[in-house]
Amino acid sequence: MALEIIESCVNCWACEPLCPSKAIYEAKPHFLIDPNKCTECAGDFEDPQCATICPIEGAILNEDGDAMNPPGSLTGIPLQKLAA
Amino acid sequence: MQLPVINNAASEAPKGGCSAGSCGSTDDQMNHLPEHIRQKVFNHPCYSEEAHHYFARMHVAVAPACNIQCNYCNRKYDCANESRPGVVSELHHPDQAVKKVLAVAATIPQMTVLGIAGPGDPLANPERTFSTFSQLAEQAPDIKLCVSTNGLSLPEHVEELSKHNIDHVTITINCVDPDVGAQIYPWIFWKNKRIKGREGAAILIEQQQKGLEMLVAKGILVKVNSVMIPGVNDKHLEEVSKIVKSKGAFLHNVMPLISEAEHGTYYGLTGQRGPTHDELQALQDACAGDMNMMRHCRQCRADAVGLLGEDRGAEFTMDKIEQMDINYPEAMKMRAEVHAAINEELESKRLAKEAKVQLVSIQGIQKKEVTRPVLMAVATKGGGVINEHFGHASEFLIYEASSEGVRFISHRKTIPYCEGGDTCGDGESALDVTIRELAGCEVVLCSKVGYEPWGPLEAAGIQPNGEHAMETIEEAILKVYEEMRVAGKLETKADEQQKVA
Ligand code: SF4
Ligand code: SF4
Ligand code: SF4
Repeated sequence: MALEIIESCVNCWACEPLCPSKAIYEAKPHFLIDPNKCTECAGDFEDPQCATICPIEGAILNEDGDAMNPPGSLTGIPLQKLAA
Repeated sequence: MQLPVINNAASEAPKGGCSAGSCGSTDDQMNHLPEHIRQKVFNHPCYSEEAHHYFARMHVAVAPACNIQCNYCNRKYDCANESRPGVVSELHHPDQAVKKVLAVAATIPQMTVLGIAGPGDPLANPERTFSTFSQLAEQAPDIKLCVSTNGLSLPEHVEELSKHNIDHVTITINCVDPDVGAQIYPWIFWKNKRIKGREGAAILIEQQQKGLEMLVAKGILVKVNSVMIPGVNDKHLEEVSKIVKSKGAFLHNVMPLISEAEHGTYYGLTGQRGPTHDELQALQDACAGDMNMMRHCRQCRADAVGLLGEDRGAEFTMDKIEQMDINYPEAMKMRAEVHAAINEELESKRLAKEAKVQLVSIQGIQKKEVTRPVLMAVATKGGGVINEHFGHASEFLIYEASSEGVRFISHRKTIPYCEGGDTCGDGESALDVTIRELAGCEVVLCSKVGYEPWGPLEAAGIQPNGEHAMETIEEAILKVYEEMRVAGKLETKADEQQKVA
């Protein structure tokens, strides 16, 4: 059970201080989650904190590899505009 | 005809009675403020229109995280050629930032203010922000500290802010109505949850207002920034202005939305336009009342360095700073001398202005001819004088001359025509861009203007003028205006005369 940060992360530092398990660390070229430490915030918070503050759609994946914040979900930008 | 320099007087719009201009008073923006506030802002380039010609500021980008999303911001974007908020090239840890500030302050002694303005929200990064502030308060006590915030976590940090020798805080307040807010803020992060839409906007608004009240109660000066978004909050901002003013904000800065599609913001991609120069000016005038309006904001990058309107950031990259050997106590002495010299210059200018006013009142206000206002553009590198070549200017300051005097209106950015290459997209040349940006101006004053742009400028109804190089901006404008009057170019148009009568 762990979330994953992928390359679209912009290294904004928003998630790192929020992680109750200290699973997130600064790395190059982008931040990473230590899968052995990540608890998906179970027991600490209702929502996984990193995915709840991350401003970048698609930067954080769940354990199935799906975007926690799919395209359009945060910005409201219509999908056809995003594709353009 | 003797004309006063209004210098962005707070109540330019004559609303009956005695406006600063019509009495021949030279009250500038700062003279409207109580003395203790004047003392806090006279050398702050962002708070004093006059100071911004002389004093420089810098931002350090130590605060990357943000706790809200704005529809005019895109966190993925970073471009070295862009100058706008939220954009940075190099992110710093607090210790690096402190090093950079000391290096800049030693190299550019005119620098008086260090601001933290993101690229995210400084108060969403409290450890990084306050670590930078406390180190600087200790190592560079001659630098003013200030911070810009979206206000969401402001109330919980007011106490800490007041400990760090921070005179000013800027809060960006775009609305006081959650329905308007819902069109600007898609979400906020609040108490460990992402809250979308109207509900999120309502919390943000409440926190901003609470923070504003708490800061004012602590005696910290508050400036309010608002982004003007046509069709979204343009009608609403007058009310915002009234409310924040009544709560004690001392300066309101209404800025135009930046929404080029290539920035990839929600507004950019959905075709939301920014305001025109006229719309912005009309709103700024409407908000003015007896509130100070800021009109010289450059919407700087979160890592800007230098005078407003210039950016010397490239001279101070981290690798360059590592090479510099800074003796700050020595630098501080030099800085004090430079500041004293500038203050002296400002003071003597002020006295000269006062003397002129007295002359006018001794002579008795001659029946003042009402002449029509004229917009003039000025190319300057700072110092309050006309000292920039037309082709090198990346921005022009816009002034209005009228029978009331001279007042600063705004600045307009452009592409330096000498460096712009042949075209910049859409087959438009850099000169075309400049001419389009200067629309509405009848004169452009610069230290020099080449032969090539002369014709196109004149054809566009803009008279190039290189005759007042190194002269004080306001004085040169008055001279040119007077020449226009003598040449019969200022006769009030019949319809305007009716309005006046
Ligand atoms: S889901 Fe929670 S525990 Fe896992 S990395 Fe994100 S913040 Fe940390
Ligand atoms: S919040 Fe998102 S974009 Fe920011 S560092 Fe974390 S994963 Fe990267
Ligand atoms: S963005 Fe505006 S307030 Fe901030 S430094 Fe630039 S001019 Fe000053």
